[in-house]
Amino acid sequence: MYARSVSAALAVSGLAKRYGAVEALRGVDLQVEAGELVGLLGPNGAGKSTLVKIACGLVRPTTGRAEVCGARAGSREARAALGYLAEFFRFPGWTSADELLELHQQLAGSGGGEQERRELLDLVGLSDARSRRVEEMSKGMQQRLGIAQALVGAPRLLLLDEPTSALDPVGRRTVRTLLEELRRRGVSVLLNSHLLSEIELVCDRVVILLAGQVVTAGTPAELASPRGVEIDTDRGTEVHADAGRDDVPQFVEQLVRDGRKVYGVRVRTSTLEEVYVEAVGGETE
Amino acid sequence: MLTIAGYGLREALRRKVFVVVCLLTVAFVILYWIGNRYTFRHVADIVPPAGIDAQAFAGAFLFGMAMFGTLFLGTVLAIFLTLGVVRGDAERGLLQPLVVRPVGRGAVLVARFLGAAAVCVPYVLVLYFATMGLTGAEGGWWPDRIVTPGLELAGGVLVVAALSLLGSVFLSSIANGIAIFMIFGGGLVAGLLGNIGHVLNSHGLVHAAKIAAWAMPFEALYQDALREITQNTSGLTGFLLRLGPFGGAEQGGVALRLWVLAYLAIVGALAVAGFARRDL
Repeated sequence: MYARSVSAALAVSGLAKRYGAVEALRGVDLQVEAGELVGLLGPNGAGKSTLVKIACGLVRPTTGRAEVCGARAGSREARAALGYLAEFFRFPGWTSADELLELHQQLAGSGGGEQERRELLDLVGLSDARSRRVEEMSKGMQQRLGIAQALVGAPRLLLLDEPTSALDPVGRRTVRTLLEELRRRGVSVLLNSHLLSEIELVCDRVVILLAGQVVTAGTPAELASPRGVEIDTDRGTEVHADAGRDDVPQFVEQLVRDGRKVYGVRVRTSTLEEVYVEAVGGETE
Repeated sequence: MLTIAGYGLREALRRKVFVVVCLLTVAFVILYWIGNRYTFRHVADIVPPAGIDAQAFAGAFLFGMAMFGTLFLGTVLAIFLTLGVVRGDAERGLLQPLVVRPVGRGAVLVARFLGAAAVCVPYVLVLYFATMGLTGAEGGWWPDRIVTPGLELAGGVLVVAALSLLGSVFLSSIANGIAIFMIFGGGLVAGLLGNIGHVLNSHGLVHAAKIAAWAMPFEALYQDALREITQNTSGLTGFLLRLGPFGGAEQGGVALRLWVLAYLAIVGALAVAGFARRDL
């Protein structure tokens, strides 16, 4: 159903956007490879939504370049290759879920027909709400429908702006599973979310924006710094504050040699939340 | 483009505003029928001054009023269907999911215009012919031209729809609605000024009114439509009828129709250019 791409799904270089006196983006470089799931973090006003909107062609950059699957962002080819769920979106209340997906199939030029619509509604857990009007749906259901809408036409790049903001924990888990499935199928995803735990769980790479600039980027493992080792023994928990993962065998060997019993070892690293707070320097949301 | 036009059409027909307009229209038609019934009963008992055909005068005057009502209701419908197409829908988050699809923004605008036209034009024509039929049935009076005045009224409503679409690119829904109603009111004032100019024999006022009517060509189309319904009515009856309500009958002819086409093209081009540059 979803095609694999060889070129970068999203390539952004030197991207700047100015709204009057406000600089929303100040020379952003970013790449999302084929099949990669990248999380975009940053406080409000950091430029995350502007970046996503430029990639979609909704906003024109002041300077710089953005390409989607090799085509200029905003061009017909670029828009044909992406799926988008806006942070603030609404669908006409008078349409049913099925009608809405059919409309987007026609606009996207998708030949998936009824089978694609059924599959997408099933994917987001709305199989039973096929004929239900949007105005009769809860906010969470509408958000899941929004994700299904973004997936119409099997896009190569998915741009999701706060896709789980209205979802309950089960709904979020459904979306996480869906994102993992999409990655398995080779779909690239740029996920803009305030939910750090969510990004930490599913993203291959994390990019943190602050005041329109990339301040930190890397895999969650790269970003995490060592915060010591904790070892549960028969005499309680030993804490080695300056130690790292490489020190664990030596510690365990020594304890065993001393006749102690080891019940568990925890290598502590900084959480994404800690990385984020350090990166944004206490900027409030 | 057809997909979005169909979307606009379905949106128009399923929104509550359409039901409200239909109910108001039925009320208008019933009132119009009652007005015709009583007017023509009284006209039969009146001995008019020499040179005036009372039946033709009453029929044309009533139908001229109905044409204004038709233009007004059609305008209300056109404005409500188009006032928030760009900025209003963008602010509510309705537009973005459509615009990111591989459909040109120009195509979206044209399609929304066609969707509005698909509702407004039949509406205006049905109302026009319904009121004409009531006047004919009650008073035995029929306009000199049957079809063209109705088409011109529909054209006037399309001009309003195009202006409203253009306004929607730059203004929020409420601001745009107010602006377009004020422009519509400006057209009516131009018509009234023209009437006053004719009565006072003031060429300057008549000229100013004509320029204003062509700048807002829904008014010029309405005036031309008024002229056409009594085109062959001559004498004192014809003279009095040209001083109609909210803009007297004025000849527009082929030049006006060509100007309206050019006007729609200019307004459309401005809307497309403005929409293309707009950040959403």
